[in-house]
This record gives sequence, structure tokens and C-alpha cells, in this order.
Amino acid sequence: MMPEVHQNPLTNRESEAPMLPEAWRVVANDWENHDTFTLQLERDSGGPFAFLPGQFNMLYGFGRGESAISISGADEESGTLYHTIRRVGTVTRALSELNPGDTVGLRGPFGSAWPVERLFGRDLVFIAGGIGLAPLRPAIRYALAHRERYGNIVILIGARSPEDVVFPAEIDQWSGTEGVETRVSVDRATPDWKRNVGVVTNLIAKADFDPSNSAAMICGPEIMMRYAILELNKRGMDDAGIFLTMERNMKCAVGFCGHCQLGPEFICRDGPVFRYDHFKHWFSQREL
Amino acid sequence: MSTLAPIIKQHSFFSGLDDETIDVVTGCAKNVRFEEGTVMARQGDPANEFFLIREGRIAVSFPAPQGGGLTIQTIDADDIVGWSWLMPPYEWQFDIIAVQPVRALAFDGKCMRAKCEQDTELGYELMKRLSRIMVSRLQATRLQLLDLYGNNRPAQT
Repeated sequence: MMPEVHQNPLTNRESEAPMLPEAWRVVANDWENHDTFTLQLERDSGGPFAFLPGQFNMLYGFGRGESAISISGADEESGTLYHTIRRVGTVTRALSELNPGDTVGLRGPFGSAWPVERLFGRDLVFIAGGIGLAPLRPAIRYALAHRERYGNIVILIGARSPEDVVFPAEIDQWSGTEGVETRVSVDRATPDWKRNVGVVTNLIAKADFDPSNSAAMICGPEIMMRYAILELNKRGMDDAGIFLTMERNMKCAVGFCGHCQLGPEFICRDGPVFRYDHFKHWFSQREL
Repeated sequence: MSTLAPIIKQHSFFSGLDDETIDVVTGCAKNVRFEEGTVMARQGDPANEFFLIREGRIAVSFPAPQGGGLTIQTIDADDIVGWSWLMPPYEWQFDIIAVQPVRALAFDGKCMRAKCEQDTELGYELMKRLSRIMVSRLQATRLQLLDLYGNNRPAQT
């Protein structure tokens, strides 16, 4: 029986004052590539911050506004949180300009999570496109930290060019782990690029997993996710074994404002992680 | 069966063909190896063969006048590269470069065309198999053209 996603598993902030940001301090702001950066944050008040892989926070650039940003990693000992962000608009530009010592507003964690700890005994297939690797990274790290509890682990990563691949050093580490197949494919490259070239969905056909005992977790542009699901289905994977994360304009993060509504679902509250068989109808609707 | 026949039979491109047919196509095949960085075929050269990749990775690349070029696709083991041997003017449309050490079977295009003309059932079967590969590569190329990971994500502000 395939598990459900974690539905709003952590309510520590939501039950208190979900719209009130808390002050967090910027420890570092490191560029991953030409348009993507990672903010390293620590809570001004200290203390632990519990979250599950796949959840997101609302980051508030003072005077500019808020944006929903997935948590891309954490250091449990120090309580440091990592958010990897692509600079695409006003808020993310403001966040990109933050320096160590600056303060940012943070609300969260919100949303559903990858059910990675409910998938013991199965092969895992992670499929990431572009910045989509950021919300998957905590789930991948969890799976690798509990390597012996899973079957094969397959990590397929797509990006526009070699320069656009995020976390390249960590990807190299994953590649060197026994029983972990890690493949990176870019849309275009020069011949000195030794990894794959082509759409990431090309890699699914020959990846080493047992479709009858696997779960796939996908994050990336919706078109990519659509084709990834087609390829997984071709391999014989059931829709119930496919989990994906959705993005819409998330504003309140708690299902009040309706900005992120997709059919009956509020992506911020009911998602962003969905089990595909439950979400399939809405995923295939046009103009929603 | 010749020594290459079992290898050919195992390759996904020829899987499911009967032994007699495998023997027919084996007559056109030879084992080849390429060192990393070898240009296996150049754009504009006569396309006298196609390759079944057994091991390694090749790049399908547009040559650039100033050198270097642009890779538009890589092809790995258990796949096939080359269909210019099938249609006039029988010239390679891209450079084919070994980006890893490659072991492959090279099939003589002229020999294969002759066998397909003689045995139209074989010709039709191979054409169906090649068409599936061509369509899947065309679809993949269309996806690549969409620039999926470009600046088209409205959700983040």
C-alpha cells in the first residue's frame, strides 16, 4: 500500500500566529550560479526549528514583500536553515541582496511533505529539474542518511546548462555512494561536458529501479513533470507511487487567501507535495 | 551463429528478432572501439555505417567554426546512433564524438540497405524500430527547445 503525503505535519507556527513573521539573521548568502543563491539563516531567538523534507517557508524581504521558498537544507545542531532561491522578481531580488548580519522575516514551516520515511524497503527515484532540486534535497539527504533502509536510489537531475546545475559538489558526493545512481542531464553543453545532454526524462527509461516496488518524487517545471510521469508510467510505475510538488502564487501559506487554489486544493495548505493519483485530475486541467 | 550474433541479439534495438534474422544482420556488423575524445563521424562525411553502443557515451554535436561545437544530445550504452545511412545523400548530419571510451558494433549501411531491399519483411521491421527511436528523439528535442528551466516560472516573486 502506497503511503499518503504528510499533510500539514508540523503546526507549531500555524497554531500560534501564522501570519506573523519571526526575525531570522542572515549568516551567509552564497551564489550557486549566475541567478541562484542560497541564504543561510539562523533564528534570532535561537532554538530548534522542526520541518519535514518538502515543506516551505515564507521569507519576507522587509519593505519588498514575501515569497514562498522551499527549505533546501538544515543543520540540526546549529539550527541553521538553508533556502536556495532563484532570482526572478522583486522579492527574490531583494533577498539576493541581503548580507551576513541582515535580518529577514520568516513564517513557517508550511505545507505537506515528501513521505520519504514511509517508503522504507522501496527503490526511490528522485527527478529534479533546475531549481527543483532544492525542495528535493532534504528528502535525498534523508534517504542517503538511511541508505540501508531503501532499495536502489536513483537521482536524475536536469538543468539548462552545466553552469546552471545547483549543488554540483554535493551531486558528486551522491554519485560516489554505493547503490545510488546519480545522473545529470543538461539541455546544451560543449563536448567537454562528460555527463548527459538531453531532457532529463530521457534518463528514466534505463534507470535501475523496480517499477513494482518504487516511489518517485518529482520537482521541476510542470511540463517536465508531465513527461516524467509518462516515462514512469511506461516503465510500469503506478500513479500512486508518484509524488510531485506544485507551485502556484502562494501568498498567505495557510489556505486563507485563495491565491494558490487549484481546483479544490490550496497548494500552500494541501500541498505543495501531492500524491499523483489524488491530484491527477487537476494536474491535467488546462488553464488552471 | 557468428560470435557477434549473441551480442546483437541482446541489444535492445534487435531484441525479439529470430536467430535467422540476427544471422542476416550480423553479416553487416563489426566490433569497434573508440578512445575518449575520438570523432567517430564528422558532419558531411559519407554515412557508411551506424553504431549500436555497447559501452560508454557518445555526443551528437554541432561543429562550430571556431572549434568546440555544441552537444545537443548524448547517447549511452544499449542505444543506437546514426540513421543517415538510410536516406540520401547518405551523409552524417552531425559530429559523433566519444565522450567516454566506447565499445560498439558498427553496421555497414550499404550492406544493411541491400539486405533490407532483398528481405522487405526485415526492412519493414527495422524501419519500425528506427522510426520509434526517431520519434522519441524528435519529441525529446522539442522538449529541449522549450527551454524548460528558463525564466518562465511565474510562481516565485
